[in-house]
This record gives sequence, structure tokens and C-alpha cells, in this order.
Amino acid sequence: MKKLKLVMIGNGMAGVRTIEELIKLAPDLYDICIFGAEPHPNYNRILLSPVLSGEQTLDQIILNDLDWYQSNHVRLHLGKTVTQINRKERYVISEDGTKEEYDRLLFATGSLPFILPIPGNNLHGVISYRDIKDTNEMIETAKSYKNAVVIGGGLLGLEAANGLAVRGMSVTVIHLAPWLMERQLDETAAQLLQKSLEEKGLNFLLGAHTEALIANQNNDRVTKVRLKTGLEIAADLVVMAAGIKPNTSLAQEAGLHCNRGIVVSDTMQTFDPRVYAVGECANHRGIAYGLVAPLFEQAKVCASHLAQHGIGTYQGSVTSTKLKVTGIDLFSAGNFMGGADDIEEITLNDPFGGVYKKLVIQDERLVGVCMYGDTADSTWYFKLMRDGQNISQIRDTLMFGETNIGDVGHQGHDKAAGMKDSDEVCGCNGISKGAIVKAVRDQGLFTLDEVKKCTKASSSCGSCTGLVEQILMNVLGSDYSATPRKKAICACTDLSHDEVRIAIRKDHLISQPQLREHLNWKTPSGCATCRPAINYYLISTWPHEAKDDPQSRFINERAHANIQKDGTYSVVPRMFGGLTTPAELRRIADVAEKYQVPTVKMTGGQRIDLLGIKKEDLPAVWKELDMPSGHAYGKSIRTVKTCVGDEHCRFGTQSSMRMGVELERMLFGMYAPHKVKLAVSGCPRNCAEAGIKDVGVIGVESGWEIYIAGNGGIKTEVAQFLCKVKTDEDVMEYAGAFLQLYREEAWYLDRTVHYVSRVGLEYIAQRIVHDAENRKALFERLLFDLKDAPDPWKDFEKASVDLRQFTPIHPKELTDV
Amino acid sequence: MSNTVYRQEDLIKVVLVEDIPAFGARVVQTPSGPIAIFKVQDDHIFAVLDECPHKKGPLSQGIVHGKTVTCPLHAWNIKLDDGLACAPDEGCVKTFTTHIENGVVYCIRSELMSHA
Repeated sequence: MKKLKLVMIGNGMAGVRTIEELIKLAPDLYDICIFGAEPHPNYNRILLSPVLSGEQTLDQIILNDLDWYQSNHVRLHLGKTVTQINRKERYVISEDGTKEEYDRLLFATGSLPFILPIPGNNLHGVISYRDIKDTNEMIETAKSYKNAVVIGGGLLGLEAANGLAVRGMSVTVIHLAPWLMERQLDETAAQLLQKSLEEKGLNFLLGAHTEALIANQNNDRVTKVRLKTGLEIAADLVVMAAGIKPNTSLAQEAGLHCNRGIVVSDTMQTFDPRVYAVGECANHRGIAYGLVAPLFEQAKVCASHLAQHGIGTYQGSVTSTKLKVTGIDLFSAGNFMGGADDIEEITLNDPFGGVYKKLVIQDERLVGVCMYGDTADSTWYFKLMRDGQNISQIRDTLMFGETNIGDVGHQGHDKAAGMKDSDEVCGCNGISKGAIVKAVRDQGLFTLDEVKKCTKASSSCGSCTGLVEQILMNVLGSDYSATPRKKAICACTDLSHDEVRIAIRKDHLISQPQLREHLNWKTPSGCATCRPAINYYLISTWPHEAKDDPQSRFINERAHANIQKDGTYSVVPRMFGGLTTPAELRRIADVAEKYQVPTVKMTGGQRIDLLGIKKEDLPAVWKELDMPSGHAYGKSIRTVKTCVGDEHCRFGTQSSMRMGVELERMLFGMYAPHKVKLAVSGCPRNCAEAGIKDVGVIGVESGWEIYIAGNGGIKTEVAQFLCKVKTDEDVMEYAGAFLQLYREEAWYLDRTVHYVSRVGLEYIAQRIVHDAENRKALFERLLFDLKDAPDPWKDFEKASVDLRQFTPIHPKELTDV
Repeated sequence: MSNTVYRQEDLIKVVLVEDIPAFGARVVQTPSGPIAIFKVQDDHIFAVLDECPHKKGPLSQGIVHGKTVTCPLHAWNIKLDDGLACAPDEGCVKTFTTHIENGVVYCIRSELMSHA
């Protein structure tokens, strides 16, 4: 097949990212050709500030070297500016006459600095701050000149001013607005910022209009800046950083509709459907984005349409701001000014400690954040904003942050900025802060997922995710790409967990091959992430209909035992409610001796663990134990822990053991998005530790209190009170209905605490406590699913246990040798 | 693989293709160590040493997808055709030649007999 011709104008980050995504999706669809006006391959424009301040070199910020273009068969016209487009005959021509024909054209022309229309703006020594050339000129000038003036006290201007000051120049920032970064900060935060920057040696003139730039005596270089007030400031270098404007002149000449940017649809198409635009040159729903995170989202959507997959749409982004000046912590996002009638603000202001935080709330949702001095919780606030989460429940403590970061494994650190490079961030994989920073810079990473993939940090228990996000944000500044609100299950699909679950129900999907075909999976057999998730979604949505696929389960659920580091297994027989008998204990002892079990241990869930059993012995061990599977290995019901209760205990108010046994029998064989642990205590002394369980039941004189979504794991979470009920039957129904809701709506590998914090306790109460009909329906669906649940240690066929796995092969010819 | 001609005495019969679960593996005990015989999409067969290059996890117990297995211990991804670990991990597991004839998986005698 003859390849289609794709021409891209512009060789910057958004454009090249689009090409990268396109090549991933459809490597052979296009003959690709790129025009770049600069003489460099694609580099990381965000990191120009660290280059200016001497923290990095130019070589380090190249994202795609020339070899990349060559090995991907992308033809690159470097240093050639396209000057003409013929949309009718579909070709473009550059300054030097190079002509390229196209079937699809992609505009990625970026933006141009706004040059003030004042006398002297074309003098030598007057530059903007957009590219490598500007940066080099600033570095060179700093070597032999003294005085610099930066016009514009926004993000870019301040980074330029800081860089020049670090290189030894005396810098004055002239800013038109009454405070710095007025588009990102309120006045209070801006004053704190100004104070810190003044301490670094910068000078500021606020509310100042520049009138003219004045040349030296030889008339060959700028020497002074004159303000409207008549004040004159010495300046050997003037950096114009008073804003940017989308670079649209070429598109306009070609007759494409432009309005502060090339106007594009949600599929990144211009008014000519053959012509696309991404990046700073594009205007999407009235906004021309200037940060890399939204631009990469655009790139992804554009690539999927160019690849003729045509499913994604870009629906705009919530952006945030962070200044990349070493030692300054500042963050803002959304409507940080507040002000309107229905808007509330919570502020914390410590001018001496240099900390200021403002949270803006509307309709019980966080809509804006402005922080200075302590930005440790910025990622959490940003997530609350993007998710539109109802914060009424956590409003009291909202200001004090999440301490999103786990409790263990990173030496108690919770603030990335204060960590040394050698400090460990990821306790599971032994990854230091320095290793992450290096990977982010050297390999051009922008998202948490990319960091996970390249360094393994935060890829195991996940408790350091908050720290890793902070580090990313500190390195990248505003260009950190937060994990998008809609997160795909894995790289095999663009669909989110919710979308897949909905499709399974709506389109009645009952097998994995059918689902992958129906939902256009990108891989023929999925991956180790999506396979277990999809298998669970299928069997939980269509119980007794969808067939369980053991090969899509993690080994523990396939072998019905827990794999250990040496490849042996552990076996935990079920003891309902933590109760056992002398006969069971005798059998356990016999098995332990007969199979020479090296370790016999009590578990935290009130049962006995036999560790170190060979896989081939498992079926015999199960048979001789003659006890039900404890499912200690599954994303499933684990235990119902109980205290003694009123049968023996002088404080007991209820029969906790009986209640626990009944619950555990009811839930036998229940698979779930993650493991599920219950506890029943007979009085509020709570000896069964019901306060840290997925469902905790506590007996009181007048009945039972039900608590949900507790967790004793990576980060201890106290269970939340759901309701109080009277009878044992009520406990079964309420607890069962809640677990069924979790089973139907949670994402695979979410514990109840993650699920409930996502949907809110209020929602759970609405569905379970206040809607009796819905509660009963949920409970019935749970009971239907669990009807005749097979014991995988006995009913091998019904539980889809492949017994072949327990028989190792000893070829006869080899054993004879 | 299958177009190479082997002498019968050079081959050792290990398992029937139908006795390996699809997207699964069986383990063969040999003087060269435990070998995992994998069956992937379209009944393609691969054989690798049943020890992850990371911490010797039993690869035979991992989830199989495409031509890759994910080690059950620490989720390294190992390519079955060349034994190489996928980035960011680095390492390589020993691979073994297989020969399929009439639904039977054979290994090469000399490869199985080398005491590694």
C-alpha cells in the first residue's frame, strides 16, 4: 500500500510528541516529514531555565536526537521556515524553496514572544526568552555585561531574571501589574514571592510602564530603559517576557480560521479536515494552552485520529503553575482569586514563616488553590480539583493536607524538597531521590507512569506515589503532567476501568477474547495488568455465566496458595470466625509433620499458616487437612476476626463469635477487587480491631454499629461509621450490600478505603442506608453470586483449578540416566 | 525451529502440546535445571530456564501475555523468545530449543544434559 504523506510544520515538544504517539499506533501508515525553523532537533523547552541558571547543559535537554528521526524514517528539514501553503494542491514550500506534498498537514508552530511596540525594541541586546538561541545569548551577555532588565514579572520573566542573577548580573524586573505573576498568584502570595526573590538580589519595579529602550552612544546596543515616569534604568541586556501569542500568521495566510490561535475541534482538526494543529499555536474551546501537560494530551488525541483509530477526544485541561526557581516553593491552580458571591475561601497566612495557603471552594468542591512556601500537598489538592471531589466531609482538615504519603519505607520523609539526593524515596525498590531526578531530566519524563516505568519507583506498594509526584513537580515545574482524570487500565487500551465495566454490562460481554475484540484492545492477549482486572470484571458482572480464566489470575489464585520467595507455597486453612477444634488442630499437626513444613505460624487473621510447602504436595495437603480453603491468597474474602463476645467475656454485649462465623460463611468464596477483611467485636473495647477493617462490626447493648473502609496496611486508615442496626440479619444485609456495591463499582486492586474515598461516604450511605430497596437488591445480587460457591481445595472442576500444574514432568529418558 | 531436521536420538520427548494450558506453562525437571515450557497465542511453544534472572522466581508460574511472561515474585517481564528482561530491568534467562512434531514437544538432549 502506498503510504500517506504527513507534513508537520514545527519541530517542538507538542508536535514531536504527536509524531511519537502516531508511530506507536501506526508505524507504517505515513511517510512523515518535519520542518523545523530552529537548527536543533526537538529539545525540552521547559528546561531552558535550569540551563540558564547553570544547573543543566544544552546537551542534556535534547529529547529526540538526530538518530531518532533517522531510525524512525522521519525526514527532517532543519533550519527551514515554511513560508507558503497551498491547501488546494496540498503542498508546502519553505524559504529556500523546499517543497513537500501532503495528505495530512499538522501545525505545531508554537508561539511567539510578545514584543512591546516601543522605540528601541529592535536594538542589539534586546531579546526575548523562547529558545536555545535566546538562552545562549543571555549566557554570553552575562559574561561581559553587568546590568539586565527583564520586562514582565510572570513565570518566564522571573525564571529569566533568576537565571541572569545566578550568572552574576544585576537584574531589575519591570512589571506592569501591581503584583508579580498576577495571573497565577494573589497579592499576598506574590508579596511573599517578591520578598524571597529580593533576598536573592533581584530588584523590582511594579506598576511600571516601559516607554522606550535607549541606545548607547555608538547606537549599536541598548544601554538604558526609560519608564513613563521618566525614571531611567541601566540595561546592557533587555529580556522581553511580557507574554506570548500563538504563532498563526502562516495558518492565517493559508486561510485557516484563527482567533488567538488556530481554532481546532475536540479532535484537534482545523476548519480544513486535512489539517490538524496541536500545541501552543492551537486554540481549543477558546483556550491556547502554554503548558506541556495539556499539550501532550492534545498530542495523544491528534495521533489517534491521524492513525485512523479516531476514538479519543480532547476536552480541555485543568492546569496548574509552579515556578522553577531553586529554593522557592509556589503552586497555584484553578480559580485562585475567589471573590464571587457563592465562593468561599480558607486561608492560612504566616508571613514570618513565609507560608501562605489559600483554598477556594465552590459548591463543596475545591476550585482553586494558591500556595506559597509549603507546597507539599499541592498534588493532592490538584487531584481533588480535577476529580471534582466533594470535600464537605474533609473540610475541617482540608487545610492541613493529606499526608498522602505513606507511613513507612521512606525514613519518615514527607516533603520531597527537603530530601537529599541520596535519600531513599521508594522503600520497596530502593530508588533514591537522585535517581528519580536524573531519570526525569535525562530521559525526558513527564508523568508518574513514565517514572514508574523507567525507575520502578512507586511501582510496588505505591506508598511513595505522593513523594514521587512532588519530585516530578519540583523538577518540571508547571509542566508536570498530572495523571489524567481518566486513567486507562493499562497500555493495551485507552479505556478507563469505569468505561470497561460499563461496556461489559451494557454489551453483555462474557469472555476476554470477545471483550478485547469488541473494545479494540491494542494487544492480542492483553498484559499482566489488564488480564486479572478484566477477568474479575467479567465474572463479577455475569456470575454463573462468564467463565473464570485461571490463566488470567495471579499465581496465588491459580494455585490456591501463596507463593513464597523460594517458589514454595503457604497454606492457610479456613477457621470460620477464628474458631477451631482439637480434631482440626490434630490434622494440621499431622500434615505439618508428614510434609515437613518448616514454619507453622499464627496469622493476624486468627488462623494458622503452614509455610514452605512444595507445589506438587498442595493437593495432598488440602485433602489431608480436610478443611475449607482460607483464600489467604486471593483478592477475595480473607477472614472475619472476632473477639470472644458475650458467651464468655464479662464485658461482652453481643455474640461476636456467632456473628463472625455467620458473616464468614455467607461470604465464603467471594472474589473482590482486592482482599477483604472483616472483624466483629462484642463491645466497644473492640478487641477484634474492627476499626481497621473493610467492614468492622461492633456490638453495643442496643444492637450493632457498622464501620466501613478501614485499612491496616501500607497506610493505616480508621474505618468510618456507616450506621447502627438492630439484628444479626441487619448486619448481614448491610455489610453484604456494601461489599456488593464495592464489588460492582470499585476498580480492580482498589481496597474499600480507596473506593469509598473516591465516591464519598455520603454516596455509600445514600445507596445502602437510605435506600432500602437498593440495599436489598444489592444483597440479593451478592447472594446469587455466592450461591454454591465451590471450595477450590475440593471442587477442582467447578472452581476451575487446573490440576496439571501440580505435576512436574520428569522425562523418562532423563530419569533413567 | 521446526524446519531444522533432527536425528531422533538427539531429541527428548518432554510433554504433549495439549497438556500445557494455553497462556500457561509446565515445568520439566532436567539435569540442566527446571525448564518452563510455555504455550502462548496460536499454540507457539517456548522453553526457558524456570528461574527469573532477578531473584530466581519460578517464571512458569507467571502470567503469560503476547510472547512475554511476568515473573510472579517481583513482576519483571521476560521475553520468551530471547530470554531478555524488558526495560527498565536488565538481565537474561537461558532459553532452550524446542521442536514440535505431531503435537509433541521435544527438547534437544545435549541442551538438557549440561549441568549448569
